[in-house]
Amino acid sequence: MFRYIKEIVWGIYRLLQGMYISMLNMLRPKVTEKYPENRKTKVHFERFRGLLTMPHNAQNEHKCTACALCMMSCPNGTIRVVSKKVTDEATGKEKKVLDRYLYDIGSCTFCDLCTTACPQDAIAWTPFFEHTVYTRSKLVKQLNREGSTLEVKTKTE
Amino acid sequence: MFSFSIVTQWIDELLRQYLCSGAVLLVECLLVGILLLGAYAVFALILIYMERRVCAFMQCRLGPNRVGPFGIFQTVADMIKILLKELVHIDRADHLLFRLAAFFVLVASVGTFGALPFAKGLQAVDFNVGVFYLLAISSLGVVGILLAGWSSNSKYTIIGAMRSGAQLISYELSCGLSLLAIVVLSGTMQLSEIVELQADSWFIFQGHVPAVIAFFCYLIAGHAETNRGPFDLPEAESELTAGYHTEYSGIQFGFFYLAEYMNMFIVAAIAATMFLGGWMPLHIPGWEAFNHAMDYIPSAVWFLGKTFMCVFFALWVRWSFPRLRIDQLLKFEWKILMPICLINILLMAVCVAL
Repeated sequence: MFRYIKEIVWGIYRLLQGMYISMLNMLRPKVTEKYPENRKTKVHFERFRGLLTMPHNAQNEHKCTACALCMMSCPNGTIRVVSKKVTDEATGKEKKVLDRYLYDIGSCTFCDLCTTACPQDAIAWTPFFEHTVYTRSKLVKQLNREGSTLEVKTKTE
Repeated sequence: MFSFSIVTQWIDELLRQYLCSGAVLLVECLLVGILLLGAYAVFALILIYMERRVCAFMQCRLGPNRVGPFGIFQTVADMIKILLKELVHIDRADHLLFRLAAFFVLVASVGTFGALPFAKGLQAVDFNVGVFYLLAISSLGVVGILLAGWSSNSKYTIIGAMRSGAQLISYELSCGLSLLAIVVLSGTMQLSEIVELQADSWFIFQGHVPAVIAFFCYLIAGHAETNRGPFDLPEAESELTAGYHTEYSGIQFGFFYLAEYMNMFIVAAIAATMFLGGWMPLHIPGWEAFNHAMDYIPSAVWFLGKTFMCVFFALWVRWSFPRLRIDQLLKFEWKILMPICLINILLMAVCVAL
């Protein structure tokens, strides 16, 4: 008899504990993000991989030397580096220069192999994630800007 | 305090000017029926919205918040969707019973809903055995559930229906016994009189400890009768897909869904009427000014407020506890809840006699 009553009281106590916890959860601030409303203020975490970009500086120069390591490291053939040969007028030597850097977001798995392979840090991730377009051809983006040139490294020694 | 009987009498007199007495009765019955069914549907929509919101909040989510302000039209959109859905033809099912079962469940809950006192003077039928009627007609739903399980010709539905039958029949006892404690206290089974007797203070305060115990026993047993929360093993989705309404689709499933939510409302409404004073405002003997101020709040607001408080309690329980096993469920009823209820009636009788 004593055990029976003890069991009931203990059971009620444990049930109240559970209800207390769910009430705590109810009063807690909610984790859900209201997306279209908060797109102006939305803050992504640092390592979020949204879109591959090629950073350009103020003189419209990028760091890509068209070595195509990213193209070779890409498992899906997402990146295509089109280069051209340009003869340097001062020395008369032929030099490989980036013509078009094509990135097809339709086949990209955001695996990060290209940016780790890049020796020049020429490509980087941005948190932009609204990739929806109406045609597949629009998914192929050219990452280098029109008329951009290679950034000349100044030797600091 | 505003009494709705003024409105109903005015309508009655208006009709009597133009129609003979038989036609007046017919028109009034139709009006009451349409109003009740309309209220039934609206309350069900509110309850489904409330359930989804409360559930979401308890899980640290926001719940439906896209359709209309705060998502209040989400359930309306869902209702339109369910009305437009196809009724899947079940091969080798007992079609007559299959169709009938959904109506059984619905009729049982509409029948109970119709007898509730919603506000002062707003009660469709006032039986002198009101409590008895409520208990009897609300347990008619189990017939519908058993029929649904049997006629669907599926193992999941029949197991779900059998579990539901066992559960409803056992918890009906505690449900009745805990209401009996209040009947002992009030000395009447008529719902209008029960509400009137709580004018000075509600039965949960009048009845000392036994009324409080009876209140919680009723909430637990009633919750089990609605097949929800930790007692939802007739439709345990992990083992029985959806229990007795597995084979139903479209609006037939909608009927079961509607009936489930309305049963929750009905249990809460009975608890509010029997223990928390129904539409009667909170009166404390001796505090005349306070009592007078409370009378200004409309009676329908009091009734709905208490009912939705009980509904919230049911939701709180549902989203807190894990589902029971069938043996635990029956052990809980026969070994714990029913003895408590029986002793409680004895206690109540002693309280009343003293």
